[in-house]
Amino acid sequence: MTTTVQVDFRTRLQNWIPKLVLAPSLGVIMVFVYGFIVYTVYLSFTNSKILPSYDLVGMANYTKLFQLPAWTLAITNLAIFASLYIVISTAIGLTLAIFLDQKIRGEGVLRPIFLYPMALSFIVTGTAWKWLLDPGIGIEHTMHLWGWASFHFDWIKNSKYAIYTVVLAAVWQTSGFVMAMFLAGLRGIDNEILKAAQIDGASNWNLYWRIIIPQLRPAFLSSFVILSHLAIKSYDLIIALTGGGPGRSTELPATFMYSYTFTRNEMGVGAASAVIMLMTIAAIMIPYLYAELKEVK
Amino acid sequence: MSAITQDTAIRTGRVTRMLIYVTLLVFTLFYLLPLFVMVVNSLKPLSEITGGNMMSLPKTWTIEPWRQAWSSAQIGVEPTGLKPYFINSILMVVPAVAISTVLGALNGYVLTKWSFRGDKIIFGLLLLSCFIPFQIVLIPMATVLGKLGLAGSIPGLILVHVVYGIGFSTLYYRNYYASFPTELVRAAMIDGAGFFRIFWRIMLPISGPITVVCIIWQFTNIWNDFLFGASFGGQIQPMTVALNNLVQSSTGVKEYNVHFAGAILAALPTLLVYIVAGRYFVRGLMAGSVKG
Repeated sequence: MTTTVQVDFRTRLQNWIPKLVLAPSLGVIMVFVYGFIVYTVYLSFTNSKILPSYDLVGMANYTKLFQLPAWTLAITNLAIFASLYIVISTAIGLTLAIFLDQKIRGEGVLRPIFLYPMALSFIVTGTAWKWLLDPGIGIEHTMHLWGWASFHFDWIKNSKYAIYTVVLAAVWQTSGFVMAMFLAGLRGIDNEILKAAQIDGASNWNLYWRIIIPQLRPAFLSSFVILSHLAIKSYDLIIALTGGGPGRSTELPATFMYSYTFTRNEMGVGAASAVIMLMTIAAIMIPYLYAELKEVK
Repeated sequence: MSAITQDTAIRTGRVTRMLIYVTLLVFTLFYLLPLFVMVVNSLKPLSEITGGNMMSLPKTWTIEPWRQAWSSAQIGVEPTGLKPYFINSILMVVPAVAISTVLGALNGYVLTKWSFRGDKIIFGLLLLSCFIPFQIVLIPMATVLGKLGLAGSIPGLILVHVVYGIGFSTLYYRNYYASFPTELVRAAMIDGAGFFRIFWRIMLPISGPITVVCIIWQFTNIWNDFLFGASFGGQIQPMTVALNNLVQSSTGVKEYNVHFAGAILAALPTLLVYIVAGRYFVRGLMAGSVKG
């Protein structure tokens, strides 16, 4: 009698332990992620200024946000930055992966060199490129010293072109990672199909264009998702490379949110901009993760 | 990735191969240029930088910039060098990585071997939390850390990094444990082994590789974080924030050589991890991007 009660108690305890173990993490995530999201969404409908306030003002912050030239500039910059960054990183990544896949001598040396920037902080990357791009001491100066007197490269000081220097530094940091994803995809392709097509007289160009690249769809998709996610979140790189300048010419939504919330004391507007950022990322991530999860099962 | 061998069926001609090697060489130079410039110029006296060529090797080699960056450069208002901030980062990173990894392992174990109704939804919630833009939590986090008395403290930063690190560590272990035969766990249960005993005796011994991946990922991310450090660090700044303050300081002469030494110091821990365990670093990146 007593033993069955004990067994019963033990099994019931055993059934509860897993849930108890998971509970703290779940609780923390529910509060610090989802609770905080709800709170920020709520703040975006209030007239919060320097401190949170709970007076609802409807859509006023969003109306104001989209009338602010600084916000329009930030999302225009994001559109330019993200599209160039994604396209160029993907093109470089794919090219390097295909080239590295040609039985290259020294692949084991080249691969880590292409990829190491990914281990660095964006602050370090920004510091290095800020200096290289500085016309007075960096690449332009060096070219002059080497005798190319007409060489001119001062984009970082030019509010029209500064955003492209952000693209350059960001591509430098992550294109090697895109290469790694494509290379993994290339190495997973079945050689028998390629050999069959070669017997049929297909050229290398055709092999890649018709057979191999279409099979890399998953790698294209993952790199698109990761790069767009990184682009929308970009904050440190801007801070270290251009500080948002010259003027405000390289502000992105992430820097806009920070300055409106914490230095301009427009917390309601800052919250609204954060909500827009979240919605943009969710529109990309949720369908992707949903598809991935369904496959894993 | 490196385990997979090169065995493409593609054949290339001599001219094509030349072009391929040239392109690869150009990109190698592109990726190495910033590192080369930083290292070389961190070993020059300042006069050689402002008056000379960034690509040339130092005429007078000096480690003085490194010494200054480490122990006497002006960070903000204090001439402390980066040393105290390096220590801050270590004190923040080690516990944050340890806690988030342990939690991730336990969560992954529960979600794969002790499945219950609703576990898929819980995993989905944890997974989504990896991908939020942190701007969405900055305002409430600042308030909560203030209320808890943790603003501007190491424990506060540890809390933040653990909270936003759990999602990824759970993802790693969950995907890894999912491929481990559940029958073995069942058999152990029938033999009377409990939850923790199974974890300790069966799951942990096979968890080596994924633990390395997870630790490297968390370490790199937390060490390199700037947003949380700048927002919640207060006086207790991590290395990235201190480096930014050093480089952006507007007072006095810009000591580029000291800046470079500082930048390398900030990059050194993650670079070392990459050099020592690059294979696992890549695996972590890939697992974070696609399924495990």
